[in-house]
Formats: sequence, structure tokens, C-alpha cells
Amino acid sequence: MADLSTQFQELIRDAVDTDSRINFIGGGSKAFYGREPQGESIDVAANSGIIDYLPTELVITVRGGTQISEIQTVLDEHNQMLGFEPPCLNEQSTIAGVIAVGLSGSRRPFSGAVRDYILGCKIINGYAEILSFGGTTMKNVAGYDLSRLMAGSMGTLGLMLEMSLKVIPRPEQEATWFIEVATDQVIATMADLLAKSIPFSGMFYDGRRLFYRLSGADDAINQIAESIGGEQLVDHELFWEGVNHHTHDYFQDETPLWRISVPPATQPVSLAGQFAYDWGGALRWLKSEEVDSQVFQVIGDIGGHATLFRHGQHRDAVFQPLPEHLMQIQRRLKHAFDPKGLFNPGRLYPEF
Amino acid sequence: MTYRLHESERKSHAVNRSEFIRHLAQVLPAESIISQQEALKPYECDGLSAYQQVPWLVVLPDSIEQIQSIMELCYANNIPVVARGAGTGLSGGALPLENGVLLSLARLNRILEIDAVNRTACVQPGVRNASISQQSSRYGLFYAPDPSSQIACTIGGNVAENSGGVHCLKYGLTVHNVLKLKIVTMQGQLVIIGGNALDSAGFDLLAVMTGSEGMLGIVVEVTVKLTPKPDSVCLIQAAFDSIQQASEAVAAIMASGVTPAGLEMMDNASIRAAEQFVHAGYPVDAEAILLCELDGHSSAVVEETGRIQSILKQFKASQVVKADDSEQQQKIWSGRKAAFPAIGQISPDYYCMDGTIPRHQLSTVLEQIQQLSEHYGLAVANVFHAGDGNLHPLILYDANQSGELERAEQLGSDILMCCIESGGTITGEHGVGVEKINAMCAQFSDSEIQQFHRVKSAFDPDGLLNPGKAIPTLNRCAEFGAMHSHQARTHTELERF
Repeated sequence: MADLSTQFQELIRDAVDTDSRINFIGGGSKAFYGREPQGESIDVAANSGIIDYLPTELVITVRGGTQISEIQTVLDEHNQMLGFEPPCLNEQSTIAGVIAVGLSGSRRPFSGAVRDYILGCKIINGYAEILSFGGTTMKNVAGYDLSRLMAGSMGTLGLMLEMSLKVIPRPEQEATWFIEVATDQVIATMADLLAKSIPFSGMFYDGRRLFYRLSGADDAINQIAESIGGEQLVDHELFWEGVNHHTHDYFQDETPLWRISVPPATQPVSLAGQFAYDWGGALRWLKSEEVDSQVFQVIGDIGGHATLFRHGQHRDAVFQPLPEHLMQIQRRLKHAFDPKGLFNPGRLYPEF
Repeated sequence: MTYRLHESERKSHAVNRSEFIRHLAQVLPAESIISQQEALKPYECDGLSAYQQVPWLVVLPDSIEQIQSIMELCYANNIPVVARGAGTGLSGGALPLENGVLLSLARLNRILEIDAVNRTACVQPGVRNASISQQSSRYGLFYAPDPSSQIACTIGGNVAENSGGVHCLKYGLTVHNVLKLKIVTMQGQLVIIGGNALDSAGFDLLAVMTGSEGMLGIVVEVTVKLTPKPDSVCLIQAAFDSIQQASEAVAAIMASGVTPAGLEMMDNASIRAAEQFVHAGYPVDAEAILLCELDGHSSAVVEETGRIQSILKQFKASQVVKADDSEQQQKIWSGRKAAFPAIGQISPDYYCMDGTIPRHQLSTVLEQIQQLSEHYGLAVANVFHAGDGNLHPLILYDANQSGELERAEQLGSDILMCCIESGGTITGEHGVGVEKINAMCAQFSDSEIQQFHRVKSAFDPDGLLNPGKAIPTLNRCAEFGAMHSHQARTHTELERF
């Protein structure tokens, strides 16, 4: 619970002066994710604590090292939550870590991604300057949106000191139902359901059963579930935690795990392995021994992108390769923040 | 008046106009190049009509290939380019340059594909916002962001400004509803940003492009997310005896767990003007009214309506009207939607501000605005996207009265400073453009502004795209800082902010 921004600024100034590369470490819960870390490890988790939280404003401002569990505890007291259902792979997950990987849980298609909840941030760039972008208001178009750019940047653009996040009230009630659906029917079934104005907040398919979660008032969601059909799931909170934090049976496996993002109604993809669908079909997990180039090729051709999430034999090609013009802009953007290439080098792409 | 670019923002070139037209004629049909003075005149300003500049040249391409050729030519000759959609922007983002090409995207106006099953639409940048919803209606879908200019404004402009609208409270801003962009860079390269999936690999360039005010690339194709149309809508109108009570009711609604599709507030001056103009049935003696729209599945809407009504009663609403049928709803909305022209009826001119503040600061900031209004001797009416803290103070003035425009601008800039001091921002949805470029110097430090310039350089190394907009040069800020602290209140001939 301390503001360590000036210490970190000095540390980064030293690193800039001596051309030393840095590997930022938060809770370390996703150290396995992305390309191999390089550089000297710097523990940034101690820069933690909740700076400001006004429940009626629906905004919380926290330091980067604050644990997700701490944020959730405080929000719980006011019956609020993080709307993107952050995946936490262990208890130590920090908010800056979650933003750096840019991953969102099962609510994502219905209430938005982690980047959608970022209102502002304070960072240290590769010039050792402390900079603030965005703010605490829901709408803000002053200057380029550099706060949302932090989501998914794998810590390569700067050290995230503080962030302001939009939070949302907990729905009055949530419940989950499941229906048995054959694999060749499930895409059409999900597309039909998602075409309607129904307060879904989760839709997951395990290869046999389609689970759907509804949010709202008790009577309303029961009435809707009756019209859709299916059996109600007991312990449904545990189920969604399993899906989001990867404790669900599907994820208990040493086979390489791919995270595949595609248009939701994409027909089953011709890659060998075992699939599970989240996000109503827009996020597909695949346990597969397929070679990485093959996965990138097949998924790229259908307008999506693939990430080797876990258990890869080597960690060279983790993220979908980018076309040259796009890579050029990304390289220059990295240079705009970190001209010496010191922050988490190579963690996202070998080019920077 | 003619807008004067700050010297540090000017991109000079010595290219002869007639010669450049001959080059352009090799890649564009003659009728797509406008060079006659009288034909250039309609392009001299956008929705911020107080400033004008007749462009050097206007081009009207109708394909991506033509745009690439134009950009290559301009890049090779060091000629700056300003992109323009429908020209409805309120901050002067599409204000032309006397030595630059104005690139109109009006002819790229086709909806290319509506993918009903994936709930997306792929459209050209010149497609009007409202027509996306009209065309996807047959699939039971709509495009959610609805800026009040939606019948005229184009999706390309919406991306440039990150436009909001009444319904963005529930459905998000443009940035939350765009999946993929095709852009042409200043160098003429076609780059695809984002994708048809919900996220994409690498840095989130969609976030940077959205709201970048035409400074980073030309948007030539947009894929947007479509939303299922709600099967039930209910609108509640509530009157209050004080703005304070109305603000407390807003905070309670936002924390209740119900997310209204829209939550708007109007003050007494706006209520009176709107009522006189369209007879929406507003109570003219109320200090504030709230309009709260709920939509979604019918059984959910019924339940939520009940909850909102009890919150409104708890916060002492003096009158609550519930409208279930669309005719009644349209009548109530008509007053809010006509608020700007209604003010236009009671005042020769008005100047619309766009500050955004933390909601709990509302009554403090409104009080400050009231004091400033008295200080400058100009009336201010307030309409307010209450749910997200976005204020639209409308400053009433008469441009024919000597000094009133300058007083209005000074009042406006003081209001923006109040917004910054309250923890808010100078613009929620209208953009910086030229209008608020000096206020950027107050909101951001020099090193933050420098970082913005570096980001621009990653896309546009020579700074040829829309120079003089959105991000001030440090030279401008140095000058503005000196003016602002010592002289601004007396030197009314100085640039506005």
C-alpha cells in the first residue's frame, strides 16, 4: 500500500541512462503468457492501493499493483463489480497485469472488454516521464486515447502507475441454465439467441452443453429462461469462475492451449483438437498439437487471430503475425513511447 | 472570421496549384477536382461556422485506390491534407487550409455488407450514421451510437470524433462499437486495423484511431457492431424543484443496477425554450427535468421502470410521467432533441460547450456557470447528458452587438477551466479541433503533449494530416500560457480557446 511512483521514475531514469532492459512483474500470475520475458526483473506489485472510489460515480482509481481480489472486495461492499470479469489465474493477479495482457472474461460480448472500462491512466514512459491520459469521466475526447492503448500492450509501452476504471452495479440477480446441443448445431443456436434483445451475460459451450447466464430481476430472467428452455445450473458462480480463471475441467490438460478470436458465427474451424466456445462463439479455446504456422494461417484466413495461450513447446510465435504495414506502425508506436526498447522487450513481438 | 493558423503549425510548400491539379487529373476524373473559388466556398467551414478558411483545393474521390493516389501525390509534394465527412463537427476539426487539400469522403457512401448472423455492418466512411440503423432494421438490428446530428453526420466523422449520443450511456461510444477500420496513411498505404472478431493482435490501434480527429490516417472503410433492437422501450419524464435534487436522483439511478438507455437533464432556461419551440408538454416552472429511457426485453423493462419510478419519488420528483407508446415518447424527446434550435429561437446566436465533469460536481459547476454568466452579462442554458456527466452549456449572445462574441468565447473558456478544475475534461464528445486547442495546454503538461506528438509521428512522420488541430504545438502553449495567466481577460482580440 504505497505510492512508489518517484522511486520507479528514478529506477527507469537509471535504466534509460544505462540502456538496461526491464521485465516488469506484477503478481506474476501470467508469467507464462506471451513471449519469453527478457531483461532485469522489476517487481512493481508494491505500488498498490485504492486511491479513490466514489460508488455513485461508478469509478475507481487504483495503483497498478493493486490486487484484483482487493478491488473486488471493496466493490462488493457497494454491490458493484468490474464489468469485464477479469480472468485471474491466481490470487496475486494485479490490475496492471490484467490490463497489460488485455484479457476479458465471459461477460465480454455483453458488457465490454477490459479496454472498454479504462477511463484514464498514469504511466512512466521510456523517457522516464510521468504522464497522465484520460481521466475519471465516462466521456473524454481530449487528446488521443492512450489509456485504452495500454490494454494488451504487454507492458511494452510504459509502466502503469495508476488507472481509473469504470465499474458497474451488480445485477440484481444472475442465474445460469444449460441445454444439450450437438456440435454441428451450436453455432446456429447461439446466433439465434444472440440476435434477440435478451439480457445475456455469459454463453459457453463445452462441446456438449450450452450454458447461458442471464442478468436482471428474478422474475424477468426466470420468465426469459422459460422461453429459451434448459435446466438451471446449481453453483453457477463456481462454474463461471472455472471458465474465467481456468479451473474448469476443460483447462486441466497439458496439451498446448490456443485462444482463438473469430466472428461469433464462424462455422467450426478445421483444426484438429478439442474446442470449447466462450463469448457466444466469438472466443474459442482449442487444445491442439497443430503446428503454430498452421493455426495462424487458418485463423487469419477467416478474419480472426490466434494466440498460443499456454503450454507451447517454444515461445517464439505466440501472437498472430501482423502484415508489414501494420507492424511498421506498431513498431513506430513502441518507439514513440520507449525509444530505446527497454520495457518488456520481445514480450509481444520479436520486432520490439 | 478567417481562422489564422498558428505559425508553428503551418506546413509550407511551394507547389504551384495549377501544376498540382494537372498531377491530380492523372488519377482523378476532372469532375472530382474542385478548384473554382465559388465552388470551394461551401467547404470553408464545418459545424463551427464562426471560423472560415476557403481551401486551396477540394477533391472528391470515389474509391480507396483514388484516395491512395491522392495521398501519395500530396505526400510526395509535402502538401497537407484535411479529411471531411458531412461537415457537421462542432469543433472545427474539418476546417480547411489555405495551402492544403480538403479530402471529402462524401462519395464513398455505400453500405457494403450487413452480416446479420455476426451482427456487423461494413460501410464506407461517407455513409450517414442513421442510414446504418435504417438498413439493418430489417434484421432486427441497429447501430447504437446516435449523435444528435445522426441524420446528416457520417460514420467516418463519427470515428474521427468518437461520437456519443443519448444512447451511449447503455450502448457505449463509437470506440465501443467499431470492430475494424481500413485506413489510408499519409504515405498512401492501405492498413487494416482491428478485425471482424471482438479483439485483434498487437497494440489496440482502434482505440487510438477512434477520436483522433483525422490526424493519424484517412478512414476509408468501417466495420461496426450492430445491436439487437430492444423489444420494449419506456420513457419517464420527471420534474424537480431544484437541480440538486435532480442530480441526486441521477446518482441514485446510476448506482441502482439499472442502466438506462438514456438519462438526460435540462435546466429551467432550456425547458422554457424547448417548450415554447415544440410544445413537448414540459412543466415550465420546474427547475430541472430528467428524461430516463429504459429498453430491452419486455419483462425486464416493466420491472426496471417500477424501480426507477420509486427512486424518482424517493428524491422528491414533483411530477413523474411515464410514456409507453412511441408517439408519446417522441413528443417528449422532441423537446430535448430540439433544445439547440429552441435556444436559437430565443437568442440571435448561441455557443455550445461540451465539458464533462464527475457527476457529483454538477451542482458546484452549475453554480460557477451561473456566476460566470452574471459576470459576463450573458445568459446560459444547460442541457446535460446527465448519466455520463457531459454538460452542454449554451451561451446566448448576439454577434451583431460589438464585443458579445468575444465575451461569449471568454465565458466559454472560463467554463472549460471550471470543468478541468472539477476533475473533468474540456470535451466529452465534440472534439478539440481548432476550437479548444488552447485549452489543451491547460489540461495537459508539456511532456504529455509531446507524447501525443510522438504518437502522431508513428502514423504521420511529417505531420501533414490535419495540421493545427487537436494537439497544440508547444510553441502555441508557451504563448497561450503567457496570455492566459496575465492578459487573457482584457485582450479580447486574442485567439479563443
